[in-house]
Amino acid sequence: MAGKRKVMDSEEIRRALLRVAHEIVERNKGVKDLVLIGIRRGGEQIASRLAKIIQEIEGRSVPCGFMDVTMYRDDLYHMRHQPEVHQTQVNFAVEDKVVVLVDDVLFTGRTIRAAMDSVIDLGRPREIQLAVLVDRGHREFPIRADFVGRNLPTARTDLVNVVLEKDGKKDRVELVESAKPKEKV
Amino acid sequence: MKLSVKSLLGLRELTREEIEFILEQAASFKEINYRPVKKVPTLRGKTIINLFFEPSTRTKTSFEIAGKRLSADVVNFSASQSSLTKGETLSDTARNLEAMKPDLLVVRAQASGVPEMLSRLVSTPLINAGDGCHEHPTQGLLDLFTVRERKQKIDGLKIAIVGDIRNSRVARSDIYGFRKLGAEVTVVGPATMIPPGIEELGCKVAYHLEPLLPEMDVLMMLRIQLERGSGKFFPGSREYSKFFGLSLKKLERAKADVLIMHPGPVNRGVELSPEVADGPFSVILDQVENGVAVRMALLYLFCGGMDAASS
Repeated sequence: MAGKRKVMDSEEIRRALLRVAHEIVERNKGVKDLVLIGIRRGGEQIASRLAKIIQEIEGRSVPCGFMDVTMYRDDLYHMRHQPEVHQTQVNFAVEDKVVVLVDDVLFTGRTIRAAMDSVIDLGRPREIQLAVLVDRGHREFPIRADFVGRNLPTARTDLVNVVLEKDGKKDRVELVESAKPKEKV
Repeated sequence: MKLSVKSLLGLRELTREEIEFILEQAASFKEINYRPVKKVPTLRGKTIINLFFEPSTRTKTSFEIAGKRLSADVVNFSASQSSLTKGETLSDTARNLEAMKPDLLVVRAQASGVPEMLSRLVSTPLINAGDGCHEHPTQGLLDLFTVRERKQKIDGLKIAIVGDIRNSRVARSDIYGFRKLGAEVTVVGPATMIPPGIEELGCKVAYHLEPLLPEMDVLMMLRIQLERGSGKFFPGSREYSKFFGLSLKKLERAKADVLIMHPGPVNRGVELSPEVADGPFSVILDQVENGVAVRMALLYLFCGGMDAASS
């Protein structure tokens, strides 16, 4: 039977994001030329929260956009039918900017590969960095995160659920152990 | 969501949910058209054949651009330069093209029912790009998309489709589409151009445009199709223009936020006076712009997935 356990609660998530936000600002020596892009749909909420925290600690806002990478996936023709495409909303130029890609869970790295291609089609950023809430391992591509909220050892067949709600009170990260591999939609 | 049809022959075959899903997807694809690099790799390695048995500028270019922006290989085929002129039958042409393993056929035909016939003959998915007086589903969808974008809704709107209902495939697709999404549709035109029984599609029928103007949210002005012999059904284009054309003066009676639409090409001075065609209420160029996004979504939905590849 699959066992589900909570690995992060709302307080832990809040602290992790606070630290990640500080690290982003520290590494980039402020927010000049910094932009955040959340990968739909898991990274959306996290990117918005990081943008808010960075504004609070630096007193300056950072542009925050959202990106759907479905059109860039490498497994489009391995699915039974085409997955739904969501809107990409990046209302600023990425040319010469430091783009921080934001996602909830880093797993195989395939989504991040698609996201990097997608960013490059929007312009030529000076640098692309990656921030994730959870790094669960099992990379299939040579990709690593620059900012990690929590390193979580998992089995390949486990599921990691990140539940983030608007008010933040019931936020949690759950590990569902030894579940069957998630069926591709 | 998975569409229930393998080929898009008309809006009659789609459910309200499927139409809304396609419109949502089109909204996601629209953004690509504003990028500096207008290309995504989504349909890389897919081959699309545009099979146009009838002249077309807008639809053909729109499909070609949509395919190319998704990185598909688009091959254009026009009847006038093909073996059809040497006497090859339509079905032989289609079978021969299918032997070259395209992933999707886009078919425009002069006769109603050609896409349906071809879809039974070949196993490649197919999109109807307008057939005779039957349907023009991609035009219907881009009309729905444009109205929804401008009005934020379709439910409850009053739509008048004006002119050559008899010959118009756009009218039929629009009637199905707008009715399914909850709008009230009235077809308006000279009695000679209103086919008997059209109200069975769920629309109202009227023979005078002016009294309807104050209550309509959308005026869909159809083209007088002289190549299909429209000219025989009314005394002259000046008279047509007087009763069923839109001028600035007539527009004074219309709603302040009315949308004027036209599937193109416009016969200036007949369906629309130039001031109206280029005026603030006209969304004709929005329709063309949205056409690319709608067709990108359709190519994406009908071109891919294991189901399509294995069938």
